[in-house]
Amino acid sequence: MNAQNCRAKQLIILSGKGGTGKTSISAAFAHLNAVRINSHPMVFVDADVDAANLSLVLQPDNLHPKEFWGGSLAEIDPEKCINCGACSPVCRYDAIFPDPNNDQVQWVDPIACDGCAACVYACPVDAISMIRQQEGNWFQSKTSFGWLFHAELFPGRENSGKLVTLIKQQARLFAEDTQSQCVVIDGPPGIGCPVISACAGTDLGLLVTEPSLMGLHDLKRVLGTLRHFHVPAVICINKADIYPEGTKAIREFAAMEGIEVIGEIPYDEDIPRSMIEGKPFTLLFPDSSAGRAIQHVWEKTIRLLQLEEE
Amino acid sequence: MQIAVASGKGGTGKTTIATSLALSLASLAKVRYFDCDVEAPNGHLFLKPEFSESTPANIWIPQIQTEKCTACGRCVEVCQFHALAQVGKNILVFPQLCHGCGSCTWNCPENAIVEVPNPIGTLDRGMAMENVEFLRGQLTISEPMATPIIRRLKKLEQPSPDTIDIYDAPPGASCSVVETLRGVDFALLVTEPTPFGLHDLKQMLGILSDMNIPSGIVINRDGIGDDSLKDVLRESNIPILLRVPFDRALAENLATGRTLVEVYPNYRDILREVYQRITEIIGGKIQ
Repeated sequence: MNAQNCRAKQLIILSGKGGTGKTSISAAFAHLNAVRINSHPMVFVDADVDAANLSLVLQPDNLHPKEFWGGSLAEIDPEKCINCGACSPVCRYDAIFPDPNNDQVQWVDPIACDGCAACVYACPVDAISMIRQQEGNWFQSKTSFGWLFHAELFPGRENSGKLVTLIKQQARLFAEDTQSQCVVIDGPPGIGCPVISACAGTDLGLLVTEPSLMGLHDLKRVLGTLRHFHVPAVICINKADIYPEGTKAIREFAAMEGIEVIGEIPYDEDIPRSMIEGKPFTLLFPDSSAGRAIQHVWEKTIRLLQLEEE
Repeated sequence: MQIAVASGKGGTGKTTIATSLALSLASLAKVRYFDCDVEAPNGHLFLKPEFSESTPANIWIPQIQTEKCTACGRCVEVCQFHALAQVGKNILVFPQLCHGCGSCTWNCPENAIVEVPNPIGTLDRGMAMENVEFLRGQLTISEPMATPIIRRLKKLEQPSPDTIDIYDAPPGASCSVVETLRGVDFALLVTEPTPFGLHDLKQMLGILSDMNIPSGIVINRDGIGDDSLKDVLRESNIPILLRVPFDRALAENLATGRTLVEVYPNYRDILREVYQRITEIIGGKIQ
């Protein structure tokens, strides 16, 4: 197979539970790819847009923000409002109140508004309009370890799924233009809208879990999500030595489900240090047992993605 | 009193703190614990409720009564979420895009739309350890929208002055966190002293300042990272209410589903003191 003629593969890194180590592993992958012999360029995506941390480790040279405009919110013109009360009963989000500064007119709480526009259509005097919102910024950044597509959703905003879809699409187009082999996506926690956007159309899911009842509980849910979207999955157990019984339980679950466990990474107290220094763990501590374990997981992953030279 | 336990970054210990806070306060007042992390709910693994009631969490989606529909397209035009589409004389409904706002129903000139329930998750409740009342929302796998489930979960019970409600929030800093925080008296922010924890904590502080909700910090796994947290907190004037040192034995115990106060019973008094501080902060704010 000629790698240059086929589309870039997409790897999604997920966990269900937060804080299992997705971003530290993604950053290490960026480093390991950059130093790989005959390395093909890879493109990295931080799809956890409301708690985006991959850039804290990969440290882009400088940021060129591009605006992300999402949905719209309702706004009442106090000059036009006749305080008839037609709008608030149609709002199912309890977002319309008397204006705190002027109780003769109605007001939309932007924090509660869902942007459905029901009030706009209910208003008899056209006093309500929908105002489009900038909900964040996205970036295409050069790092010492390759290109990173990332974003910052403004705090509290909706549409994180749309922003994830946008940066993933941009990364994929860029990967194809530059004949990159693979797009690696550092996913968000949970199983909802941003996770669904992040895993749509990917070729392999790497599930980073930890040996605890919570880790396993949430692993089952995220595995169900990947299966629903027909994405094959493998498991990597992080902090595997913290609770060996838990690691055993994950292995038993994986065997029952026919999912391969491609590695165990021991707990390492130097992981926070790599965050503080803003460098991938495998760059700082290549010979630690956690560093070697991550390297092993990386090699397995690229074999599964069939990225090795023929 | 309604307290949300939130963090920004995932895996900092929200559920560890929220469940042990619930247990510590249960001897002082009636306590209800709400698991608002509906995508990855874990509170039940610690508080071990016996669920006695489970109801579907529904979104009310449109159903077109074809005998009345004239295919005028008004419903498609008013829907902001592209949940309706017109193909020839047919109106198609895409349930996973529907927010259940009702706008299409109200705007249909022929009254041709009825709303039918579309379950996207469940709401479960029951009694947990030490008489803590346990309420949980759970998003069905492959459904995208967590926020409506949180909204319905919180509406299962009205706040009452003699009850302490604890809302265990989802990670991140987007709409589902905002829904959890709406109307609470206080946000207890659990963070870890690392650059990731700090970055995501700042996002949370932005939301809380917009929403005008007072907050305090729990530093979990104290000692694993650095001190940059301290400078940010000094600037923003947010008090540190508790530090839980990193301890491998504790991590092992939590992994098995034991709570912080079961492993270290002295945290019961410490968490009651944290609650005392919270009531003082809220009282000071009201004056």
